[in-house]
This record gives sequence, C-alpha cells and structure tokens, in this order.
Amino acid sequence: MTGRARVWVLHGGVILLLFLLQFVLPDYHHTNVARIMVLATYAIGYNLLIGYTGLLSLGHAMFFATGLYGAGLPIYYFGLHPVAGFLLGALLALVLAFVVGLIVLRTSGVAFMIVTMMFAQAFFLATLYFNGVTRGDEGLVLAAEARRFGFLGLDLDLAEPATRYNMALSLFTGALLICLALVRSPLGRVMIAIRENEERTRMLGYNARDYKLLALSLSGLLSGAAGAAYVLLFAYMGSSFAAIQYSILPLLWVLLGGIGTVIGPLIGTALMFYLIDKTSEVMQSYLIVVGAVLVALVLFFPKGLAGTLRQRYARWLP
Amino acid sequence: MEGTVTAFVLALTALGLSLVFGVMRIVNVAHGEFFMLGAVLAWGFTALIPELPFWGFMLALLAAPVCVAAIAVIADALVLRRLNYEPEATIVATIGLLYILQQSVLTLYGPNAQPVVAPISFRVVLPWFGYSGYKLVVIGAAALLLIGVWYAITRTKFGLVMRATQFDRETAQAFGVPVKLVYAAVFALGAALAAIAGVLVVPLQQAHYLMGLDPLLLSFIVVIIGGLDSLKGTVVAAFIIGLSDGIISMFFSPTLAKIIATLAVALVLVWRPQGLFGARAR
Repeated sequence: MTGRARVWVLHGGVILLLFLLQFVLPDYHHTNVARIMVLATYAIGYNLLIGYTGLLSLGHAMFFATGLYGAGLPIYYFGLHPVAGFLLGALLALVLAFVVGLIVLRTSGVAFMIVTMMFAQAFFLATLYFNGVTRGDEGLVLAAEARRFGFLGLDLDLAEPATRYNMALSLFTGALLICLALVRSPLGRVMIAIRENEERTRMLGYNARDYKLLALSLSGLLSGAAGAAYVLLFAYMGSSFAAIQYSILPLLWVLLGGIGTVIGPLIGTALMFYLIDKTSEVMQSYLIVVGAVLVALVLFFPKGLAGTLRQRYARWLP
Repeated sequence: MEGTVTAFVLALTALGLSLVFGVMRIVNVAHGEFFMLGAVLAWGFTALIPELPFWGFMLALLAAPVCVAAIAVIADALVLRRLNYEPEATIVATIGLLYILQQSVLTLYGPNAQPVVAPISFRVVLPWFGYSGYKLVVIGAAALLLIGVWYAITRTKFGLVMRATQFDRETAQAFGVPVKLVYAAVFALGAALAAIAGVLVVPLQQAHYLMGLDPLLLSFIVVIIGGLDSLKGTVVAAFIIGLSDGIISMFFSPTLAKIIATLAVALVLVWRPQGLFGARAR
C-alpha cells in the first residue's frame, strides 16, 4: 500500500470503528465515548498549535470556554437556535484567538507560555466576576426544550444518546479531516517548517508571524467548536471549564497521544479520560495521575504513543 | 500594616522564584506548592508539641524549610537535571510536580484548612488602634532574611559562584564551578525561601492544600514587573504590589482588581519583557 492509501485506511478505519462502537457500548461508556470525541476535537485544535507550529500555549481554556459560553449563554437567555449557537460560539473563539494572537505572538518560548496562561487566567476570573450572568462555578444547565430543534427537515433531540453520539462523531470527524488535510497541504508544510526552524523559514521568504497567527486562529476555532459542542451535547457550562486545568489537560492529552500526529489527540484523550475516571473511583486526590503522567511523559516518553510508533515502525503516519 | 505584611511575605516568595529563574533560566510553576508545603509542614511540626506553641513554631521555622529544600533537591535530581533544564520541558515538568505535590498533600493531610497558633500573642496598643504583635515579627523576620539573602549573594563565595553560573554557565564550568551543585543549591534555596514565607504566614491564614496558587500568580506578577533578571527589581515590585493590593481592593472588587492586574502584567511581558525597572537586554 502506498503511504496515502495507508493514511486513508487508518483514519477512515478509526472513524468507522467509532461509528460501530455505539451499537455495542453499554450506556455509561456510550456517554463517555461521546464526551471523549468532543474533548479529542479540543485536543486536535490544541495539537495544531503545539504539534505542527511548535507553539506551547498554556491558555487554551479561554478558547474552549469562549465556545462554551458563546454558544450556551445566548441559547440559555435568548433561546437561540442550537445550530446558530454552535456557529456563534466557534466564531467568537476564532475572533478571540485572532485578537489574542495579535498580542501574544510578539513573544515566543517561555514568555509565550506565561502570557497565554495569564490571558486565560484573566478570562477565568472574568467568568467569576460576571457571576450574575454565568453563575460562576455553579454553572448553568440548558433546559431540555432548548436542545430539541429542527434542522434540514430532521427533528433532533440532543438529550437522545444516539443523536448525541453521532453529533459528537460528526464533529470529531470534521476536525480530524480538517487536520489531516491541513497538515498535508502547503500551508501545513510551512507550519511544520516554522516548528522546525523559524529563522530559516523566514529566510525563505515566509512571513512566520502571519502563519503563526493563522495557526493560532484555526486552533482557537477548533477549540471553540469543541466547547460549543460540549455545552450543546452535555447541557452544562461552568467556570471550571475556563480554569487553568482545562488549559493543561489538552497539553497532557496531546503529549500522551503523540505530539504532532493526527491520531494522537484521540488516543491521548481516551486513555487519560479513563485513567482519571478509574483513579477518581478509588481515591480523592485523583489529579495526582495528571501530575505523574505529565512528569513521566516529559522525562521518558516525549514523543507520546503515536509519535513513538511513527519513529519506530510507521514513518508514513501524518 | 496589612499591606506591609503582604509585601514582605511576597518579597520572600518572589525572591525564591526570581533566583531560580535568574540562575537556572527555568520557570518553576511548582513554586507556590513549596509555599503551601511550608505552611502545611508548619502545622505538622507545631502539632507535634501542642503544649509548647512557641517552641513548636521555632521547630517549624527551622525544620519546614529544610524538609522543603530536601524535596526540591530530590525533584532537581530526578526530574529537572534529566531534562537538562530545557526551558519548555521544565515548565511542563513543574506543572506535573505542582499536581503531584498538591495532591499528595491532599492525600496525607486532607482537604480541610488547619489553623496554627501564633508563637506570640501580645498586641502593640497605640492610642488609636492596636496591632497584632505577630505581624511585626513576620515583618522583622522577613526583613532579616531578605538582608541575609542579599548578603549571601553579593558578599560570599557561594554568591560569587552563583552569579558566575548565572552570567555564563559554560565559562563557569570551565573554571571549575560545580554547576550541577550550584543549580541544586539554588533550587533548594528558592524552595526554602517560599517555605519560610509559608511558615511565617500560616498563623495569619490557615494551612490548606490549595493555598499555593495565589502566591504563585502574585510571584509571577512581581518577577515580571520587577524584571526577569533583577533581584532588586523583584523586591521593589513586591513592595509596590503588596502595598497597592490592599488599596486597589478598596476601590474595586478583588476579582476585578485581579483581572486588571493580570492583564496589565501580561502586557508588560509582551511590550517590556525586561520589566518596568529592568535595563534593556544585552
């Protein structure tokens, strides 16, 4: 098989597998996998920036939460149509990422990490400050009626597990295909070139800042789309999704799954989701696994699962 | 008065972060957890001899920083050194360390806040209002320590070796400076300073496993405002932030004050990375 065929078989196979899983999974795992697919979309968005452009952000929770609130609040308060809400949330995250990018891309390296973290912290504090609207940590729950809607002649109810699962799958598939197409396109090549050697890329006549801004905006868009889908599918929005932990989790997922691989974010998200889930059943301080896995990955396994696989066996993995 | 205590405690904590960044070129995200460990260990040590609160506190003041420094040395040897102090990898590793320390404390110590009795309980009574004498003790102890650190850096052999390492790691190594040892010592010293700040503060606010986050963010703010390389700038900035914190919170809600401060500092880092008081980079 050629490299191109292998790529399509692998990624098509994963999506087919996820589609078939819904018919065999018990209820509990059915919901979990839907959640994992939405969070993996967030991880794919994060990976566009860290994995393919080489920018380590510690503030992506602000984009996820912008999608979450941008979709959720208008639906909650003004009864906006869910599809319009989803588009609005994703669009707002894109705009925020673009504006934030104009500022933070003046820095690089460690300063970039700290500045993105501080912007996200300010965003988190703002969700607490506007407690009257967002209800802060307590959060808001979307009513069942708000999640029932007609679209293209279909009657959809997002509280329905099958609908929810397939919506999550569509979102994830879209993100996966966008990522796959992007990293194999000329634009993706320039992004990777910036990751490998920014100076040289600039010498070749590419405006590195513009490409980084584009990568950050796309990354924000995907993260925001994941956030918007999250509130629609799981009906809850709260400040905790804007907290620093939600900036660190995508980093963890991507590092575990394989930084700079298309399939890695899904693997990392799924493993970490179940690891945290199982640990929280046995102990109160389950977040210790987040710390332990982060340290272990950085020390012993910096390429992650799919990255190591690519290095050892499958050079063609995108 | 409240602001002065905040300023001194903040100066100690931020000085630790600044030292580690200045010499080792790494951002220690787990710094706030060293502060928290100091406070929690202070509770542990004073609880050993509850009938003698004064000596219990003295024991805590000596033993807690030593324990925290030991933890820092272990973290340095097991994690940071193996990463060769590569800046971005170290940040990710210290984020991991933050969770490990915080969640270990949650396991061993529990989720409840615990009070520690102040070692002295006299009040300084002035004609118009009174002060808790302990706050004066905190200010005095912190001032002594700041002077001590300044003396150690500028007047001792260790300080000289440290500054040489900071200035040029490779040349220092070529001249026989044991760079690894210096790094371990600086990391331990930075952690110990945060731990002492934690011990000093714990009679005024209770020990809790999540108490490390605020000092961490404030220390970041202080170190950035003061200039990433300048210890003097760090101390000056700690006073400005510490003293203005109370004043700003009088006019705005504390949350709004934090939002404004965080954004302002982020913008400082973008447009004046050398800090408001630092000199332009070489």
